[in-house]
Amino acid sequence: MRMPAPDAEVIARKDEIVERLRAKLGEEAVISDAAELKAYECDGLAAYRQPPLAVCLPSTTEEVAEALKICRAMGVPVVPRGSGTSLAGGAMPTADSVILGVARLNEILEKDYENRVVRVQTGVTNLSVTGAVQEEGFFYAPDPSSQLACAIAGNIAMNSGGAHCLKYGVTTNNLLGVRMVTMDGEIVDIGGPFMDEGGLDVLGLICGSEGQLGVVTEAWLRILRSPEGAKPIMFGFETSEIAGACVADIIKEGVLPVALEFMDGPAIQACENFAKAGYPTNAGALLIVEVEGSDGEIDEQLEKIKAVAMRHDPISVRESGSAAEAAKIWAGRKGAFGAMGQIDDYICLDGTIPVGELPNVLRRISELSKQYGLDVANIFHAGDGNMHPLILYNANKPGDLEKCEAFGADILKLSVEVGGCLTGEHGVGVEKRELMHAQFNREDLQQQMAVKDVFDPLWLLNPAKVFPIDMLEERAAAAKAA
Amino acid sequence: MIKEAAASATKLEITGGGSRSGFGHAVADAKRLSTKGFSGISLYEPNALTIVAGAGTPVREIEVALAAENQQLPFEPSDLRALYGTKGAEPTIGGVVATGASGPRRIQAGACRDSLIGVRFVNGKGEAIKSGGRVMKNVTGYDLVKLSSGAHGTLGVLTEVAFKVLPRPEKVATLRLSTLGEDAAVRAMSMALGSPYDVTGAAHFPAGLDGEPTTMIRLEGFANSVDYRAEKLRTELRDLADVDIDIDSDPERCAASWKRVRDAEAFEGRPGAVWRVTVKPTDGPKLVSALREKIKTDGVFYDWGGGLVWVLTPEVDDAGATAIRTETNQLGGKATLVRASEDTRRRIAVFHPEPAVLARMSAGLRQVFDPAGVLNSGRMTLAA
Repeated sequence: MRMPAPDAEVIARKDEIVERLRAKLGEEAVISDAAELKAYECDGLAAYRQPPLAVCLPSTTEEVAEALKICRAMGVPVVPRGSGTSLAGGAMPTADSVILGVARLNEILEKDYENRVVRVQTGVTNLSVTGAVQEEGFFYAPDPSSQLACAIAGNIAMNSGGAHCLKYGVTTNNLLGVRMVTMDGEIVDIGGPFMDEGGLDVLGLICGSEGQLGVVTEAWLRILRSPEGAKPIMFGFETSEIAGACVADIIKEGVLPVALEFMDGPAIQACENFAKAGYPTNAGALLIVEVEGSDGEIDEQLEKIKAVAMRHDPISVRESGSAAEAAKIWAGRKGAFGAMGQIDDYICLDGTIPVGELPNVLRRISELSKQYGLDVANIFHAGDGNMHPLILYNANKPGDLEKCEAFGADILKLSVEVGGCLTGEHGVGVEKRELMHAQFNREDLQQQMAVKDVFDPLWLLNPAKVFPIDMLEERAAAAKAA
Repeated sequence: MIKEAAASATKLEITGGGSRSGFGHAVADAKRLSTKGFSGISLYEPNALTIVAGAGTPVREIEVALAAENQQLPFEPSDLRALYGTKGAEPTIGGVVATGASGPRRIQAGACRDSLIGVRFVNGKGEAIKSGGRVMKNVTGYDLVKLSSGAHGTLGVLTEVAFKVLPRPEKVATLRLSTLGEDAAVRAMSMALGSPYDVTGAAHFPAGLDGEPTTMIRLEGFANSVDYRAEKLRTELRDLADVDIDIDSDPERCAASWKRVRDAEAFEGRPGAVWRVTVKPTDGPKLVSALREKIKTDGVFYDWGGGLVWVLTPEVDDAGATAIRTETNQLGGKATLVRASEDTRRRIAVFHPEPAVLARMSAGLRQVFDPAGVLNSGRMTLAA
């Protein structure tokens, strides 16, 4: 992958940058030793690595502001980092950048059950938010697969989703306010523990801006009361087409399941080998549908869903009679990525397609799979059209990663072609930067870039992400000339 | 047309149906630009829960199409014709998006901006821009969709909007609690909203239609489930407040009750300035009692479990602006002057004044979307 040429002048001033950061943040809050910096050379997109110039780990919003002021004054690019679990390279360093990690901002500051909000520092993990409020029967709805490790900072930067967004929405729908530090080191509160309205929706813009408009240090998050209970049901179908038609009919019936997960044949096989969850390995596709409520409500919804599914002649139906059985149904799906990892190296894609295009897209993916000679398994949040094709490759085989990436790019272009998008919940990062041309024209992208100009005129925040490199270089050249 | 306007610095006032034309500051010396030409539903896939329509499409047309498939817009857009005295106008979906109009269901299903999944608009340079699309999970590029909702046409002229829609509930029930004071009402609503029973509306009238306090809590869904939850909630609410609780599941009465909240019918046909104040729900009654000490109020009611306070004030002096904004700032929140005479709107900021850093961001955004300042210029900001 091509990255912009690092700024040699910045690299030459490394000692001075580190010294100034240490003077404000303290000796141990700044990492500059080459061996220690290696821990920050990549995020969840581990195929690409580049150690940063330095890392700083502030403990307060004010320290974040100090660090940004120093970087701004010295013209140093800054890469904000939550837990570093991005699958899109959203926290990938450049050689001339300082990583600004929020890991030490890890406190739950306020729990307000009456108003159903919590205020947290953004270094806390996603799961710990639910952990902090579950004793009162509440939870934080967005649940990305990495929720044990991923930080709220990264969730806000990427507008993360999860398996339950069909009912509860994604991060932006559950975020009420932020405290943010601008690249100039100014601290600003946007929104708060109330439903914001009136004035431009800057909060909505910040969420999902991939850390390029400011560094979010605190967040007001909406918490919800947990449902009385939840129960999954699993159906095996002969083909993906049939399963796709069943999904459409379930939604048409007016039932809104809390989760609607789809797996194709290769995914079923891999998960079953790994988790021994009792999946029907003779099925061409599998649906896991989960509903919530009291026992009576669950039964009523399951009856409706079963009645719909029966019209599509499932080759297997499995209901969960107990919590253990429910856990077993989910075991395969939740272990899916691990299962794939046992078979080979893989990349995980994240495009979204209109739900009705599912059979068509799966057919095209299987054709591409033959063409590239690489296996692919499809796992899919079927209710909202968010696909996660996993392409298997061998990292030790020269050329295989490149082939895999080309295959992935073809799938994402296909997603756009059928009316969908490049990324449903992972973000663009460095990974899908060049593909932005497939979804947007130059004017669309220039408008977005102009938005960044407002917040970060020197383009120091999270460099080399989101926008195609040719446009970044064009912009840099124009700025130099001006 | 916008390109020409930008070149000749001609100001444009963007209109849809004109039903909310009294919202925001007047746009001075402007030529009218109507979105009426962008009318019609271009795509509706009930199975995918998505609908795409031209910005000039009448809201009614969209609601009828959705109802035919037993679906609806989740955020319950308001119809403020009676409040603004624009009875003959036909509200458009573009107007709903531009004003971010969100009703009682916002507390559960989100605001207009949360259902909006894609937009096409023409910026102040005359460039056609798109953001989002027709799929409900999309994080590709910056979220200009959210920015478009509630921008009152100051960033671009909307031409097309796309929404995520939801199934229409089989049954609606309203729990009505009588005689609660405002603090007790908010406590009851907080309890209901913090229960597992999926409440989709919580409003309180200190003086209802009969002059007595009325608290309303709404449940929606499949019939058996609504019945079950209504009974459970009634039992739990009785433990909290020893008052009469009536469960009303008459569809027409329920619809009328929530329309009354949604469209601020209590203030229809009454003179005065109408304010919409958002605060933390438990701060709602605090705000109101502070206001009653400082200024004259002609009417108050609560939506969003106490988090949205509608206030009617006499339109004299600053129409209560100083008191309302001072109290709101102290508690944390925002106060929008939803309706007032043009004269009042010349003197009082319609939108809550933003702190300096945020104001600079907003001004900067307007500048990059509309450098020549031709689109609804001054609609959201008080002329200096």
